[in-house]
Amino acid sequence: MTSTPFSRRGFLKTSAALAGAAALPKAAFAAGDLTVGFIYVGPKDDYGYNQAHAEGAGAVKALAGVTVVEEENVAETIDVQKSMESMINFDGATLLFPTSFGYFDPHILEVAPKNPDLRFQHCGGLWQDGVHPTNAGSYFGYIGMGQYLNGITAGYATKTKKIGFVAAKPIPQVLLNINSFLLGARSVDSEITCQVIFTGEWSLAVKEAEATNALADAGCDVVTCHVDGPKVVMETGAARGMYLNGYHANQSSLAPEIYLTGAEWNWAKVYEDMVKTTMDGGTIPNFVRGGLAEGFIKMSPLGPAVSDEARNKFEATKAEIMKGGFAAIKGPLKDNKGNVIATEGQAFEESDVALESMDYLVEGVIGATS
Amino acid sequence: MAVVDHSPVPGPRGLASPEGWLAALARRSEAVLIPLGALIAGLAVFGLFLMSQGKSPAEFYGLVYKAGFGTAFSWQNTLSRTAPLLFAALCVALPARLGLVVIGGEGAIVMGGVACGALAGALSGWPPALALPLMAAAGALVGGVWIGAVGWLRHVRGVNETIASLLMAYIAIALMNHLVEGPFRDPASLNKPSTAPLPEALRVGNIPGWDVHWGLIFGMLACLLAWILIERTTWGFAARIAGGNARAAQVQGLPVGRLIIGFTALGGALAGLAGVFEVTAVHGSANASLAAGYGYTGILVAFLARHNPLVIIPVAILLAGFEASSGLVQRRMDLPDATTLVLQGIVFVAILMSETLYGRLRLFAPERWRST
Amino acid sequence: MDSDIGLWAIPLAILGGAIRVSPPFLFVSLGEVLTERSGRINLGLEGTLVFGAMSGYALAYQTGSPWVGVLAAAVAGSLFGLVHGLLCSLPRVNDIAIGIAMMLLGMGLAFFFGKPYIQPVAPDLPAISFGWWSELQQVQAALRVNVLFLIGIAAAIGLWWMFRATRLGLIIRVVGDSSDAACAMGIRPSVVHTFATAAGGAFAGVGGAYLSLFYPGSWNEGISSGQGLMAVALVIFARWNPIACLWAALIFGGAGALGPALQSAGISQGYYLFYAAPYVLTLGVLIATSSPTRAVTGAPGELSITK
Repeated sequence: MTSTPFSRRGFLKTSAALAGAAALPKAAFAAGDLTVGFIYVGPKDDYGYNQAHAEGAGAVKALAGVTVVEEENVAETIDVQKSMESMINFDGATLLFPTSFGYFDPHILEVAPKNPDLRFQHCGGLWQDGVHPTNAGSYFGYIGMGQYLNGITAGYATKTKKIGFVAAKPIPQVLLNINSFLLGARSVDSEITCQVIFTGEWSLAVKEAEATNALADAGCDVVTCHVDGPKVVMETGAARGMYLNGYHANQSSLAPEIYLTGAEWNWAKVYEDMVKTTMDGGTIPNFVRGGLAEGFIKMSPLGPAVSDEARNKFEATKAEIMKGGFAAIKGPLKDNKGNVIATEGQAFEESDVALESMDYLVEGVIGATS
Repeated sequence: MAVVDHSPVPGPRGLASPEGWLAALARRSEAVLIPLGALIAGLAVFGLFLMSQGKSPAEFYGLVYKAGFGTAFSWQNTLSRTAPLLFAALCVALPARLGLVVIGGEGAIVMGGVACGALAGALSGWPPALALPLMAAAGALVGGVWIGAVGWLRHVRGVNETIASLLMAYIAIALMNHLVEGPFRDPASLNKPSTAPLPEALRVGNIPGWDVHWGLIFGMLACLLAWILIERTTWGFAARIAGGNARAAQVQGLPVGRLIIGFTALGGALAGLAGVFEVTAVHGSANASLAAGYGYTGILVAFLARHNPLVIIPVAILLAGFEASSGLVQRRMDLPDATTLVLQGIVFVAILMSETLYGRLRLFAPERWRST
Repeated sequence: MDSDIGLWAIPLAILGGAIRVSPPFLFVSLGEVLTERSGRINLGLEGTLVFGAMSGYALAYQTGSPWVGVLAAAVAGSLFGLVHGLLCSLPRVNDIAIGIAMMLLGMGLAFFFGKPYIQPVAPDLPAISFGWWSELQQVQAALRVNVLFLIGIAAAIGLWWMFRATRLGLIIRVVGDSSDAACAMGIRPSVVHTFATAAGGAFAGVGGAYLSLFYPGSWNEGISSGQGLMAVALVIFARWNPIACLWAALIFGGAGALGPALQSAGISQGYYLFYAAPYVLTLGVLIATSSPTRAVTGAPGELSITK
C-alpha cells in the first residue's frame, strides 16, 4: 500500500530473547502455551494504525506462556497468505491477527479453511455468519465515537467555523469518522462545516502535507485525519497554526500546546482478552465489537487549549457514551447531496451494523465519496 | 557504418576437432561461470555487511534456504511468488532486444488486471472455457496497448521509452484507483474497494497437488516462447540487428518501427497477463493491490538474466525465494525487511559489474584451448 | 486574520504547492543535469534521495543542527554518485542498469538504518517569510520559502553560468558531447564522468534532506513518492538547461498541488485523475517536444538515453 516502487518491510523489534524463543521447536513449550502471530500492513512505528496494533501485541507479549511473532509491511497480496502460512509452519502459531482491512477477502478466506484447527482474527467489519469460515472472526471498535468527541473539542476551538479532515479512501469506516467528527462539532454549533480531502492512499507523506495545507488555505483551523500515520498531518497542521485532533494513537507530544484530544485505539485490552480466552480453552466470538465503555477505544488526555466549557461538554458527552446506546447519526439528518439519511426520531446507535456499510457524507461535510 | 557483421550469428559453430570442442566449451562456460561467480561474490559481500551488523551470515543463508527452498511449503511459497516476476521480466527483456529500456511494466500489470476484472463482470454465466481466454485476451490487449504505446511514441515521436513507460505506470496506477473506486466499484466491496468478485467458475486454480496457481506454468511457457521468438526466428534476429544499430537496420530495409512497436506491445501483453493471473488466481477481483511492485522487481530479474528469457526462470525463482524467506528472517534474526532490498541491491551491482569480465579472462579464451 | 478567499484559494495553493513541493525535484534534476551533461545517466538518484533524507534526518537529530543534516546528506549522496561513477567507468558496464541497482541499494540501506529515526523529531530547516506584506494567512503561508530552495535557485544559476562561461563547464560539455574529442584535448572522460556523477549525487542527497528536514519534514519509509525518478524525466523536459530545471520543477510541484486544492474548493469528483496531472503534463510536454528525426535539442551527444 505504498506508492513508491519496490516492496519493503520494516524492522522487527521483537527482542532477541523472543526471537530466540520463537526459534525453538514447538514441542519445547509446555502444554497450554500459545504462539500468536501479528501481521501489519505498514511499519510498526508509524505513530498510527500499525503502531496501535503493535502496542497491543506488546501487551500480549507480557502474558506468561505466550510467544508473539510479528511481521510488518506485509502487502495485501499472496504475501500475506504466505506470511500466515509461514508463521503456522515455522513458528507453530495457532492464533493469528492479520490487522489490515484488505487481508480478509480473499486472503484469510483462502488460508483459514485449510487450517480448521487454527484461529484467524481479523480487524475490520467483514465476518458474516453462514458465509465465512467459523475459525475466522472479526473485531473492531466504535472509533467513530472518538471522532465525535474530537469534534466537540474542535467545535469549541474553531473560530472560522470550518474544520478539516484528511482522509485516505472513501470506505465506510473513514466516512463514519468524518461524519462523526462534523456531527460532534455541530453539537456545539450547527453552523460549522467540515472540509474533507481524500489523498487516495493510506500512507503518502507529501500528499498528506499538501492536503493539510489546502485545508488551512481553505480556512480550516482544526484538523484531524484518517490515514495510517498521522504524524505528517499533525506536524503540518501545527506549522499552519491549526488545532489538532489526533487519531489512532496519541500524537500529543508532537505539539502539546495545540493538541486538543485524540481518538485512540486500546488494542492491548482487546488482545489480552482474546488471548486469555484462547489459553483458557474458550472460543473467541466471531463478531467482536466494543467502544469506550468496553475499553476498545480511549481518548487522549485533553490538552491545555481545551476551554472549560468544552471540557464540560466533552466529559458530559463521554459519560453519555459510556452508558451505551449512544447515536451520533440520528434524525433528522440528510447527506450532503440532500438525501434523507434519518428521519425525526430515527437513530443509528454506535453498535448498529448498518453504520459499517456507510456510503454517504452528511450535510455540512464538503467533499464527495467518489 | 555496417554493423551487421559484428552481430553474433546463431547456429552451429565449428566443432570439428577436440580442441574446437574445448574452445566452444570455454566460451559457453564463460556465460555461466561469470554470473555465478558474481552471484557468489555478491552474497559474500552481503555476508560481510551482516557481520558488520553483528549478525551471522551462516544463520541468514540457512534461514533463506530453509524458508525459500528447504521444505515443500517453502518451495510452494517461492513458486507462488514467481509467476508475476516471469511475466514482468519478459516485459523488460523483449524490448531490451531492441536496445530499449522499459521500466514501466507495472502499468501494464495494473491495466491488464483492471481490464480482466471489469470484463469478468460482463461474462458471469459464460462457460469458463470461453470466458477465461476472453479475459486473458482483454488483459493482454490492454497491457499490450499500454506498453505498445510507449514503443509507438518512441518510433514516431522519438520519445524516450524509459521515461515514458515510467510516467505511463504512474498514470496507470491513478487510473486503476479511479476505476476500482469509481465506475467499476462493486458497492458491496466495503473496506477494500474492488470490482465485483469473480464467480467461482472463472477463478484460476492451483496446479494439481500443489499450492501454486497455474500462472507459474503459463509464465514458464511464455519464457520458452519468448526465447524461441528471439533466438530462433527471423523476427528475433532482425530485432537484434536493429538493437545493435537502428540506422543500419533501416538502411538494410528492416521494419524497425514495426519491430519496436511489436516487441514493446508483446512485452506489455505478457505483463498484462501477470495482472490477469493476479485477478483470476489470487485476488478474485481487481483492486489497488494490483500495484504490488512486481513490475519493478521484474526489471531486476530481466537485467540479472541478461535479458535471456530462459535464464529469467531460475533468476525469478531465486529472487522469489529471497522474498519468501524475508518473513522468517524478520522473525528470527531481528533484521528489518529492508535487508532483502540491501541483498538484492548488492547482488545486482555485483552481477552488473561482472559484465566487464566477459572476454577478459584468459581461462575462457578459446585460443588457450585450441592450440597446443 | 483568517478569511475565506473562495476560488482564489486554487491558484494560491498551486503557487504555494510549487514553492513547497518543488525543491526536491529541483535539486535532483540539477544533479542529473550535471551528470547527464557529462554523458552519463544516473537512474539511481531515487535511492540517493531516500538515503539523503534518512541520513540528513538522522544527523540533524543527533547533532541538533539541520545544516549538519544537509551536509551529511550531501556527503552521502556524493558517495553514492562516486560508486555509480566508478562502476560505470569499467568497460561494458551499463549505466542505466547500475542506476537501478543503486536505487535498490540506496533505498534498502536507508530503510535498514533509518528505523530508529521514525519516531524522534529532528529540528527543521529555517524558512523566510516573503508574505509579510499581506494580511491573508494563506498568502503568508504560500510565500514561506525555505532557505534551501533559495540555495537551489542560486545553484541553478551557478550551474547555468558554469556550463556557459567556465573552463570546467566546457570540459564537462566536451566530454558529454564527444569522448573522442575530449581524449584529443587530453581530458580523461572517465575521470570527468565520475566526478560529475558524484557531484550530481550530492545534489540529490540535499533534495532528500529537504524532504525530511522541511517538507513534509519527517523521516519515514514513504517519504519519497518517486521524486528521484521523476526528476530524471524533468531533465529531458528541461533540455539539460539548469535554469529550465527550475521552471520544470515549479510546474511539476504546482501541478501536484492541484488535486488537494481542487478538493478544498469543492471539486472532488475523480481526484485520482487530478493527482495524475503532473505525470500527464510531463508526458504531454515530452511528446510535444521530442522529434523522431533529430537528436533532442540540447542533448549531450554521448548520452545513451537519447540515442
